[in-house]
Amino acid sequence: MNYYSDNDALKHYLKHPLLRRIVDMKERGYAASEEYDYAPCGFDEALLGYEQVLELVGELCADVLAPNAGRVEECGPSLNDGRVEYAPATAENLDLFRKAGLMGVSLPRRYGGLNFPVAVFTMIQELVCRADAGFGNLWGLQDCAATINSFGSDEQRERYLPMVSAGATMSMDLTEPDAGSDLQSVRLKATYDSEQGQWYLDGVKRFITNGDSDIHLVLARSEEGSVDGRGLSLFICEKSCGRVRTRRIEEKMGIHGSPTCEVVFDHAPAELCGSRRMGLIKYVMSLMNGARLGIATQSVAIAQAAYSEALAYAKERRQFGKAIIELPPVYDMTGNMKARLDAARALLYETARNVDMSYQFDELQRERPLAPEERAESKLFSKRADALTPLIKGMGSEIANLNAYDAVQVHGGSGYMRDYACERLYRDARITSIYEGTTQLQVVAAIRYATSGYYGRLIDEYLDFVPSAAAAPLYARVKALAASYAAALERVASFNSQETLDFLARRIYEMAAYCIMAALLLRDAAADEGLFLASASRFTALAEAAIAGHERYIGNFETELLTHYKQ
Amino acid sequence: MSLKIIVLAKQVPDTRNAGGKAMNDDGTINRSALPAIFNPDDLNALEQALLLKERHAGSKVTVITMGPARAADILREALYRGADEGILLSDRAFAGADTLATSYALSQAIRKVGEYDVILCGRQAIDGDTAQVGPQVAHMLGLPQVTGVRRVMESSSSAIVAERVIDNGVETVKAPLPLLLTVDAAAAPCRPRNAYRMLRFHRAATPQEQAAPGYAYRAQAERDPALALKEWSLEHVGGDPARCGLAGSPTKVKAVENVVFKAKESKRLTASDEDIKSLLGELLANHTIG
Repeated sequence: MNYYSDNDALKHYLKHPLLRRIVDMKERGYAASEEYDYAPCGFDEALLGYEQVLELVGELCADVLAPNAGRVEECGPSLNDGRVEYAPATAENLDLFRKAGLMGVSLPRRYGGLNFPVAVFTMIQELVCRADAGFGNLWGLQDCAATINSFGSDEQRERYLPMVSAGATMSMDLTEPDAGSDLQSVRLKATYDSEQGQWYLDGVKRFITNGDSDIHLVLARSEEGSVDGRGLSLFICEKSCGRVRTRRIEEKMGIHGSPTCEVVFDHAPAELCGSRRMGLIKYVMSLMNGARLGIATQSVAIAQAAYSEALAYAKERRQFGKAIIELPPVYDMTGNMKARLDAARALLYETARNVDMSYQFDELQRERPLAPEERAESKLFSKRADALTPLIKGMGSEIANLNAYDAVQVHGGSGYMRDYACERLYRDARITSIYEGTTQLQVVAAIRYATSGYYGRLIDEYLDFVPSAAAAPLYARVKALAASYAAALERVASFNSQETLDFLARRIYEMAAYCIMAALLLRDAAADEGLFLASASRFTALAEAAIAGHERYIGNFETELLTHYKQ
Repeated sequence: MSLKIIVLAKQVPDTRNAGGKAMNDDGTINRSALPAIFNPDDLNALEQALLLKERHAGSKVTVITMGPARAADILREALYRGADEGILLSDRAFAGADTLATSYALSQAIRKVGEYDVILCGRQAIDGDTAQVGPQVAHMLGLPQVTGVRRVMESSSSAIVAERVIDNGVETVKAPLPLLLTVDAAAAPCRPRNAYRMLRFHRAATPQEQAAPGYAYRAQAERDPALALKEWSLEHVGGDPARCGLAGSPTKVKAVENVVFKAKESKRLTASDEDIKSLLGELLANHTIG
């Protein structure tokens, strides 16, 4: 079995026309092939390379990671004198991925990376998380290196990035006991010793994924007496300094392969990354956007794993003299799981491509000033990336939970037992709508794109194509959904109340997301009907049901009703 | 001190994942129904070679395979996993070889390579399952051999200490270099293909492949000599044509039969202490256990 070969949707997205432009921009005339023996000499070779690596990862995931997932859960990580020891199976996985050269996938070649685009990194991450979501975290944290690459000094890039490419693990140490969703209250103290010319960190971080990593990115208060986000800076701290210890590993519901740690900094020497006071307002925001895309990917991966498990079981399990997949209540579940999965994946890769394009213009801008039309495009892509990221993080994680729930349901009593993978998926899925910003916080990040009319224009843009005869009726239905969304948005605006907007925001957000996902699936179906049209049809039906509900809810709402909810 | 290491590898039909009809009606293997893969035990051998290379800086791992043009695929696979060089031994004169003729051709190729300290190969191939080629090659080259190796424990410029799997246990032996080791399936699994090496060595090609119109990496091949896979014919390696291929193969296949295992008689046992005790008694009596 191979998790890539059996996934036609991924193959389709690898051939997306925008990916060609991304790769052409990223490879700058494919000149690196003169200097690096593994750099491609043209787009065709680059694409071939992505396919080869995806096939390798697909094989490792199916043959090693997925079979190891049970052992990872049974054993889990342990704490030994302030150091985290991974479960033996986790350590095996990590060793395998290091040997396979998969630790610096998107880093530039000059720092030992593979220089793959975000969209391809995302595909690899999807495969990894499908096999073992917890291991996906450890592996996926290599993406923190992008923050050092974007904002660190040349010396920092040259020191840390090759370490990551060679397999050093990373963590982002943001959360504290009293600073969760509200990171402005971070208290961990950074003091500068001007005699030594050295920063030191003192304090405690909590809920840190892979908290005993080799390289920590730490958000700390560098400006004494400050109380808000403007007093926070970002630091790089190495495990090898010996002054960072893990005090406790949390007992969790799921993702047992990924140790969640309470980390103590005891006068730990650290380096400032970027400028002082920009830690939260600039760097962590960028770090979080990458991390949110990562969790969105993990969510799609869990939605896929849940669907695959449910489908295989429903085909095999016989009741009433037939396979249960033939029973309407069962294929209602599996068919809709697939529709939601495909919709989430369509949005995930659309987001990844926009993030890629936005990065490419950032990179270009570091080399030379952008021409006016390049500036306009740069703005377009970065705005779209910013607008789509909270949509896919929130909706993707909710879909992962829905699919995991249905996967257990399809399995019946057996699904409640430890014997089947769906039980683990159900627990693993639960965190996706919480960490890296809850779904509620994704709504907060997204709602301005609804009220400004941005999502509405995006839906129109995605629907700006001529559908085939087979897709035409569906196309008309998605257009009608867009009209319902616009009407609901207008009604919410008419209340003229911030609190009412905040209260109804989740519904507006979901309506926008449903419209966008349905439109994207329909677009994909225009490129490959066989692959996407059935899912587009099923997803549109789900979108209609959900949007009609929200429409009714908002239609009957009045601001005075808020008091009922506060009781 | 560096070592010159040769790994003998075979491309085999994947008998574990047979799709469609695995055997033709005439008893030969239907290769089109079976994907061609790197013989599993030979991957274990490659891993031992790469471990030796890690232990002895500056060592070189050369992989030799005999087969048709497409067998170059497993040479590339070996490069992806860490080998330094690949040689395809390919000639019509080698076709139809049994284990004896194969061993002869391989030993001639090894003579042509010239310098070597350790030759490694898998214990047996999953298509023929004879486990004869390794020992025969050692014999033809007049080398000591250690078969069924599970682990190389020590290695120096003059000797190797290895654990070999034997009936009911493990034996530790020391043998002088140069020598041949056949590696057991119980040895460490081969490391994965490496992404960087794949991106580079997917361009590796034999002279024949490089000459094909679809080959797009001539410029790279000129710059990067490691991309050249060698292709040797009988003429290159020299040798007696009468000892090669069908002509040199005393083995003649008369017929191949499909054997389907069927339970002829079965006995039902309950989980009661009495039944378990009687089964144990029976197994002890016929020496299945104990």
